[in-house]
Amino acid sequence: MFEKYMIVEKETGNWKENGRIEGFQVGARVPYYRGLGISMIEDIQLSVDGEAIPAEQLVVELHGNHYTLKEMESEPDDRWEFGEVGNIKVKRPGGLSSGEHKIDMLFNLRISYMPVNGVRRDSKTINF
Amino acid sequence: MQKNHKIKRGVSLYSFQEEYFLRKMSLEDCLAACASMDARGIEIIGEQMVPGFPKLTDAFLEKWFGWIKQYGLEPVCHDMFLDFKKFKGRRLTEEEQLQSIVRDLKFANKLGCKIIRVIVSTTPELMQKAAPYAEKYDVKMGIEVHSPWHIDNAWMKKHFEVMEKTGSPYLGFIPDMGTYTKKLPRVMIDNLIRKGASESIAKFVTEAYENGVLSEYIVGEVSAMTKKPIDMALAESSRFYSYTNPRQLLPYMNRIFHIHAKFYEMVDDETEYSIPYDEVIAVLNEGGYDGYLSSEYEGNRHIQDVFEVDSVEQVRRQQQMFKKLLKENSPARSLGAVTP
Repeated sequence: MFEKYMIVEKETGNWKENGRIEGFQVGARVPYYRGLGISMIEDIQLSVDGEAIPAEQLVVELHGNHYTLKEMESEPDDRWEFGEVGNIKVKRPGGLSSGEHKIDMLFNLRISYMPVNGVRRDSKTINF
Repeated sequence: MQKNHKIKRGVSLYSFQEEYFLRKMSLEDCLAACASMDARGIEIIGEQMVPGFPKLTDAFLEKWFGWIKQYGLEPVCHDMFLDFKKFKGRRLTEEEQLQSIVRDLKFANKLGCKIIRVIVSTTPELMQKAAPYAEKYDVKMGIEVHSPWHIDNAWMKKHFEVMEKTGSPYLGFIPDMGTYTKKLPRVMIDNLIRKGASESIAKFVTEAYENGVLSEYIVGEVSAMTKKPIDMALAESSRFYSYTNPRQLLPYMNRIFHIHAKFYEMVDDETEYSIPYDEVIAVLNEGGYDGYLSSEYEGNRHIQDVFEVDSVEQVRRQQQMFKKLLKENSPARSLGAVTP
């Protein structure tokens, strides 16, 4: 459910710090029909042009807060709201080259009333 | 239909999840849509449409009650979840789970709701422990009877035993009408065909289901017919729906205080593709049900890949079907403002 809405094209692109491109980000929404405490987002995976980005390099930016995947595990209060657009940020000086890039994203959600986790994927080709 | 039946019409805002998710509709838009259909009872999933859940600010509550008054609505039910897998590697303790339920009872109470939907995975033991809190906050706890469970199976029997043992009027059932799925939802099957399932397997599975074949048997037979995982997924989907006799609700009527009027596809203003609402409403009428029929549209996930979803139209059709089945002849009571 909501898989095709996971990657948010208009929030995806390179980001700057002090006037220089320092990395890239992918806009994302959680593919689920309610908001979720972020400790229950068990995994987020990102690939660019077939190359998997190592988990430690992913930073989730959510309404001004920043978390690594490890930090999310034990966060008791913060929530990724229903339909909220967050950013998955990767530090990479120069960002991604201009032109098209294939983005693959996976969310693994630990949903208590389901016997197995909900694993959902989206794939989009985005012009940087 | 008894002339003086007391069955009321409402909507679970869950029905508008597609539009809300995409920010095409706001919470107020959802409430206005309900009012336009004269469906006055409002069911809300706090974790969907109340940003900052579980906190309820004074500013939000002022807006909420303002809309309730302006649109002539009644808050009825808040749908809770119990995230006992909140932290990786451990389950919440019994005490933590109880506190989570109390959190939702307080939340519902502040919104003016008299009922919480208790998610099906909640144990009978927790319901028993929570009953005094339900009384304290004057909010009833309805365990949702959701397919593939039904009101007579083992889990629900255990819940019923707790209801009888405590004697609490605050514990009861919220039957989800998906337990009366006579035909597998066409929108779900078509979605799996678009994902590569074979039409012949789809035909086999849908016919077997309609003939009352047990899903275990369907899965077994299909496994000999195909090697494709998507075909097996289609066969397995039959496990998650059920068709039981709606008359099974009758002995429990005094414990049923809310109904999830689940639907997947209203083909027109009179027919849900899968669920025989005429049979269901006849049973509710016979049993003297006096709560809300709360529209719960769950078709968007099956069609959103290729179609533009129009949840408001789907809910409108279901409400029209209810008006007809409930023989509503008189014009809407005027509770406030306007229907355009």
